Amino acid sequence: MSELSELYQQVILDHNKKPRNYRKLEDATQHAEGFNPLCGDQLMVYLRVEDGVVADVGFEGSGCAISKAASSMMTQAVKGKTKDEAERLFEEFHRMVTGELDEEQTPNGLGRLKIFAGVREFPARVKCASLPWHTLHAALAGEVSTSTENLGPDIDADRVSA
Amino acid sequence: MTVTKMAAITEKETVREESHRSPAFDVERVREDFPVLSQTVNGNPLVYLDNSASSQVPQAVIDRGSKYLREEHSNIHRGVHYLSQRATTAFEGAREKVRRFLNAREARECIFVRGCTEGVNLVMHGYGRKFVSAGDEIVVSEMEHHANIVPWQMLCEEKGARLRVIPMNDAGELLLDEYEALLNERTRLVCVMHVSNALGTVNPIKEIVARAHKQGIPVLIDGAQAAPHLKIDVQDLDADFYIISGHKMFAPTGSGVVYGKAELLEKMNPFLGGGDMIRTVTFEKTTYAGLPNKLEAGTPAIASQIGLGAAIDYLNSLDRDAAHAHEQELLRYATEKLSGIEGVRIIGTAREKVSVVSFVIEGVHPHDVGTILDQAGIAVRAGHHCAQPVMQHFKIPATARASFAFYNTKDEVDRLVGAVEKVIEVFS
Ligand SMILES: Cc1ncc(COP(=O)(O)O)c(C=O)c1O
Repeated sequence: MSELSELYQQVILDHNKKPRNYRKLEDATQHAEGFNPLCGDQLMVYLRVEDGVVADVGFEGSGCAISKAASSMMTQAVKGKTKDEAERLFEEFHRMVTGELDEEQTPNGLGRLKIFAGVREFPARVKCASLPWHTLHAALAGEVSTSTENLGPDIDADRVSA
Repeated sequence: MTVTKMAAITEKETVREESHRSPAFDVERVREDFPVLSQTVNGNPLVYLDNSASSQVPQAVIDRGSKYLREEHSNIHRGVHYLSQRATTAFEGAREKVRRFLNAREARECIFVRGCTEGVNLVMHGYGRKFVSAGDEIVVSEMEHHANIVPWQMLCEEKGARLRVIPMNDAGELLLDEYEALLNERTRLVCVMHVSNALGTVNPIKEIVARAHKQGIPVLIDGAQAAPHLKIDVQDLDADFYIISGHKMFAPTGSGVVYGKAELLEKMNPFLGGGDMIRTVTFEKTTYAGLPNKLEAGTPAIASQIGLGAAIDYLNSLDRDAAHAHEQELLRYATEKLSGIEGVRIIGTAREKVSVVSFVIEGVHPHDVGTILDQAGIAVRAGHHCAQPVMQHFKIPATARASFAFYNTKDEVDRLVGAVEKVIEVFS
């Protein structure tokens, strides 16, 4: 069960139990809703952007441990970042969980978020980790909703055996 | 002579004789019939408990399908040549097997479709669109699969009709008095599942039909989850429409059947238009073929439907009462063991159930349960089971569901229980 313990690391379990920034921002400048119709996961990401900087961020919703922890750690990671920096993290995170980016070889700003690398061994769960980031991306772009069915495959075709 | 009659006469593959019946159900023997079961997943012997999503296929069905592909494949109903006649005979033979399985009066009352979803849509388009108009009502139940909700919602939207919903209690049982109170002179159709995929409930379907018939209302029964577990007799139920899906009953995907009373099927409009469903075509006018062809446009999934016939033969070769008793014992044992674990709550506690156990674990999302069980080689379904209104009733986002077939064992229940305990340990 080594892959399993890599997925459900203590940090992830802790964020699942005590999600950070788990609140609606009353003074949000933008927000977006993310859906995963496959599993019914639903989450709201709220942002207060001031002078191009994510001054505050919060989320609410129901989901599995992976999606809750990913949301929680995402809010910590992007708070205080510029919009561009947040977008770059989104890109890197997405490429890491889909196996396109080797977080140990290629320089990146993922830091503690590398803990989610293990999710790429669980193709059915990749979207759980990436949904909050897609939702953040939508909120930054001023969209109000996103849904995993519109996001294209999170599974790299080359990694799927015949 | 109709194709169906001809096939009934020339059909040589009679249903396998039910000679080798043993009093006790020998599950280890039966498991040998299912090659997929003898593999390891993540280093553990596979425990397949996702039978309600799709059941596994016995060797006899695989053999029949591959025999067709190797020796008999051709298009049906069209050729005068040898192979086309063999294919047609095998295909129509499968229809006759279905007729006996459902105890329909006539084979032409059994319409081949590609699955239950297509079946409901066929009745919606062929019957619903013809006989439902503005202000009319369609009754469904709170526990329906989306396949028996969405088509009716689409019809209601198109026609300005109204969808009414039979409520259920917290055990997952339909409330029959509330049901009867919904019926009125505007009700055009009642659409109810025989067995719930999300909860395991066996609905009192004969009673449901009888109450609708008292008021002259026809009833469509979604039998997708009943066929793998129960004996079905559409005449005894007096069902107007009864739909089954091959891939839930040990046959390949792409097979399924809409049973309908001949007089209703005759009245229906065609669903899909095209080849095979016509009598004559000119640019001025097309006349339609008789049953079943009118409702079977285009080349069907021939190999899959022949496979469905073989799956029925396979089921008939088992002692179905003993198989059912074995499944009920698995249900009892799994229910007892799982509900004994602190933090586990079973969703769906109807008095009459098939061997389906939906459950939630306090503080753990069902998807995490599903992933951890998978690592132990145990396949369960985690999600809303295409029954979101059921999840809304219980105010939960999803459940984990273990659904047992007759080839599952008590050892497998023990493996499940051990893995659930492990989940709780990981998340404690
Ligand atoms: C009760 C019920 N109805 C309908 C369906 C849909 O059947 P199919 O997959 O054959 O379209 C299912 C299976 O998912 C089911 O469980």
